[in-house]
Amino acid sequence: MTLNVKERRNKAGTVLVAIGEINSETSGSLLQTLLPLVREGRPLRIDLTAVTYVSSAGLRTLLVVYREAQHAGVAVTLYGVSEEVRFVMSATGFLDFFSTGEAEAAAAKTAAKAAAKPVARAAR
Amino acid sequence: MSESSSEQVLRVDAYPTHEVGGYRVRAGKPFPFGANVVPGGVSFSVFSDQATSMTLVIYKRGEPEPMAELEFPQEFRTGSVFAMTVFGLDHENIEYGYRADGPYDPVTGHRFDARQVLSDPYARLIAGRDVWGVEPDRSRGYQYRSRVCLQDFDWGDDTPLGIPAEDLVVYETHVRGFTRHPSSQVTAPGTFAGLREKIPYLKELGINCIELLPVFEFDESDNPRHNPETGEQLFDYWGYNTVSFFAPKAGYAATGRYGMQGDEFRTLIKDLHAAGIEVILDVVFNHTAEGNEQGPTISFKGLDNATYYMLTPEGYYFNFSGTGNTVNCNHPVVRNFVLDCLRHWVADYHIDGFRFDLAAILGRSADGTPLPNPPLLELLAYDPVLRHTKLIAEAWDAGGLYEVGNFPAYGRWAEWNGKYRDTVRSFLKGDPGITGELATRVAGSPDLYSTRGTSASVNFLTAHDGFSLADLVSYNDKHNDANGEGNNDGGNDNASWNCGAEGPTDDPEVNALRLRQMKNALAILFTSQGIPMLLSGDEVARTQQGNNNTYCQDNELSWFDWSQVDENSELLRFTREMIAFRKHHRELRSTSHPTGQLRDSLGLPDISWHGERAWQPDWSAESRLLAVARCGTGDDDVVYAAMNSHWEAHDLELPALPGGRSWHLFADTGAEAPYDIRTPGAEVELENAGKYLIGPRSVVILVGRTPDADL
Repeated sequence: MTLNVKERRNKAGTVLVAIGEINSETSGSLLQTLLPLVREGRPLRIDLTAVTYVSSAGLRTLLVVYREAQHAGVAVTLYGVSEEVRFVMSATGFLDFFSTGEAEAAAAKTAAKAAAKPVARAAR
Repeated sequence: MSESSSEQVLRVDAYPTHEVGGYRVRAGKPFPFGANVVPGGVSFSVFSDQATSMTLVIYKRGEPEPMAELEFPQEFRTGSVFAMTVFGLDHENIEYGYRADGPYDPVTGHRFDARQVLSDPYARLIAGRDVWGVEPDRSRGYQYRSRVCLQDFDWGDDTPLGIPAEDLVVYETHVRGFTRHPSSQVTAPGTFAGLREKIPYLKELGINCIELLPVFEFDESDNPRHNPETGEQLFDYWGYNTVSFFAPKAGYAATGRYGMQGDEFRTLIKDLHAAGIEVILDVVFNHTAEGNEQGPTISFKGLDNATYYMLTPEGYYFNFSGTGNTVNCNHPVVRNFVLDCLRHWVADYHIDGFRFDLAAILGRSADGTPLPNPPLLELLAYDPVLRHTKLIAEAWDAGGLYEVGNFPAYGRWAEWNGKYRDTVRSFLKGDPGITGELATRVAGSPDLYSTRGTSASVNFLTAHDGFSLADLVSYNDKHNDANGEGNNDGGNDNASWNCGAEGPTDDPEVNALRLRQMKNALAILFTSQGIPMLLSGDEVARTQQGNNNTYCQDNELSWFDWSQVDENSELLRFTREMIAFRKHHRELRSTSHPTGQLRDSLGLPDISWHGERAWQPDWSAESRLLAVARCGTGDDDVVYAAMNSHWEAHDLELPALPGGRSWHLFADTGAEAPYDIRTPGAEVELENAGKYLIGPRSVVILVGRTPDADL
C-alpha cells in the first residue's frame, strides 16, 4: 500500500493531504516531507481524510512531527481523522497528544452555544 | 527542526559483515535478549545452553510459511547466546521464531526438535491470538508468533505514585471481565481501552490500586472442555497459563489486531496513575502453558527444557503448580529471566507492583526442596529497578508448601493473608471459638508478621479464586457443574454460609441478612490493619451463581454486571464510605502492630478490646462478640468497631472517652439505609453516651471525637 501526499498552501498555512496508509513502509518518506514543512514555521494541517489506516510506526511518525512542531512553536493540526483511525488513536492514547480539527470544531461549537445562552445562564 | 532528527549518526555496527540466506547480517549483541531495533536492522538474541545450532525463522506478518530461515553462523555465538543483526527488515511487518537443534533425550532433560518453530521467551509482542475468542487456525505450524516492537512510548510526566503500602486499597479485577458485559456501555468492551473508560468509577469508589489478573499473553482457547449443560465452549478465562512473559495479551486490546496492545495497555496505566491509582500485575512464574510431557512445545521446552523446568531424575516434569510443569525458578538463568521480565514491566510499562501466583514455588530448588535463602526472592527484593515496587506473594503452592507468615521476605515481600480470609469468614458465619483469632487478624496478624509490620498482610475475604462476596453469603456449597468437571474442581473448604436458603431466594429476611453480612464483611475488612483487597464486583454484590472456580467461564458468571451499580447502590454506597473512612483514620493504617501501650495524649491505649462490658472482652469459645478500639497519636480520633456474629442483639457498654470527646455513630449494619453508614466526618453523636445496642449479626463503628471537630 502506498501513500500519496499533496501539498496546498493558503494564507492560513500549509495543508498536507495524505492518501493511503501510513505504516512503517510509507512513514519514512512522509516524515521527510513533513519535517521541512514544520521547519518553515507556518501552521500545518495534516488532512487524513483519505487515510484508511495508520500503523503503530505511522502513529509514531505523526507524533515525532508533532513533537518537532511543539519544539519549534509551530501549530500542527490533524484533520479528517476517520472513525477507524480515530478509534485506534484513542485506544492507544495517541489522540491525547494531538490537536485535531474536530476538537477545534467542537470547541468552537461549544463556545458558540455558550455565547448564545448568556441570558439563560444569568437567570440561574 | 531540531538537530536531533536531522543528524544522521553513523555507527560501525550499522553495517553488515556477512550474508546469510540472502540477507545482510552481522553479529548481534548478546544483550539485551529478544529482538531489538538497531540502526538499519533488528538484532536478535536468544539463549540456549545445549543447542547445537540455532536458526532464526522470519515470516511476513500473517503468512503461514517463512520468508527466510537464517542459521546463526558459529561466530555469532557468545557463550550460549546466539545473536545476530539482520538488516533491511521491516520490523513492523515481520514475525519471527527460532529453530533450535540439539539432543532429544527426555531422560537427560533435553527435548530439542528442529522441526518446531519456537517463540522467543523475550518477545515483547505476540501475534496469533490477536482478538479474544476467535478460533485460531490450528493447522499453522507456528501458533504464537514473536513480533518486534518499538519501545518509545511517550509517558509524559508519568512517575510512580509511590503510595505507601499501608495506605493501599487494592481492587482485584480482570481486564476482560470488568467491561465485557453489555451493560458496561464502553466503546471497546473487554479491553484495556474499556477499562480506561471506567477509571472514574474506580476513582469514585476510592480504591487506589488495581490488581489485574494475568495480562501476559496466554491462549484462552487452550481449554478443551465444554459446558455440559449448554454445550458452549469453555475458555481459559483467568489466564494463569502464560504463553509469553514479556508480551501483553493482544486479546485484551481493542487494537490487538493491529499489534498495538502495548501502547493501549501503557495508556491505561498512564491514565490510572493520573487518577491516583497504582497498577499491580498478577504474575505467574510457577508454571507455563507448555504443560507436562503431553503438553505443547511453545518456547522453553524446545530452547532449553533442562534449564527452565524442574525435572525428576527420569526427566519427567515436577508438578508443584498443579498444572503439569514447574518453572525451575532458582536456576541462575531462570531467575535472571524472571528479573528481566519484571524489570521490563516496571521500566517499559510503569507497573507499580506484582502479586506472584503460587509464590512458594519461587522458593524451591531444582529438585523441589524449599530453600532456606531462595536466591530469586532475594534478587527481586533488592533489585535496583524493582526497589520500590510492591511484591506480594501468594505464599503457598499446589505441592503443599504453605508459607503464610513465613515467606522469605527480605524486608520487602507482603503476602496474601489466607489466614485472615479463613478467620473472618469463620467468624462471620458464627462459628464458635474464633473470637481470639479474630482479634489477632484485625490487628494486622502480629503472630505472622511481628517483624514485618502490618503492611506485610494483604487482607482479603474474597478473590478471583473462590466465592464472590455475594455467593459467600448465599451458598453453603460450590456449584461448579458448568465447568465440566463434575463439580470436582474448586475448593471445598469455603467457610461460607447461605443465610438460610441455598442460592437465590425471594425470602426478604434471608436477603436482608445476606446484605447485612456483606456489609459486616466489608466493615471488618476496611477497619482491619493490613492492606485491604476488594474483589471487583463485591461492592455491588456480584454473583457467580455459586461457582467458586470460574477460571473457564467467559460469560455472565464472571463479568461485572454494571446494571448492579444501580440495583445494589446501597451496598456500593456502603463500600465507598468504608473506604473513605479508612482513608480518614490513620490509626487503621498504622504500619506497626498495636501493643496496648497508652497514648499519652489521650490516656487510652493504641488498641483495646471490649465485649458487652467495656474493657472486658469475652474470649470464651461461645463468644461471638468482639469490640476493638484504636486510637492514634496526637489529635487523632478513637475508632471503635464492635463485631457481633451472634444471632442475638447485645447491649454494649462503651468505654469512656477523654478530653471532651464523645461517641459518634459512623456505621451500624443493623440499621436501615441510609442510616447504615455516614460520610466520614458527618457521624452523628450518640444520645446515650455510654451504651449502644448492637443488633444480631451486625457491625457497629463509632468514632470518638469532639462534637465540633473540624474534619
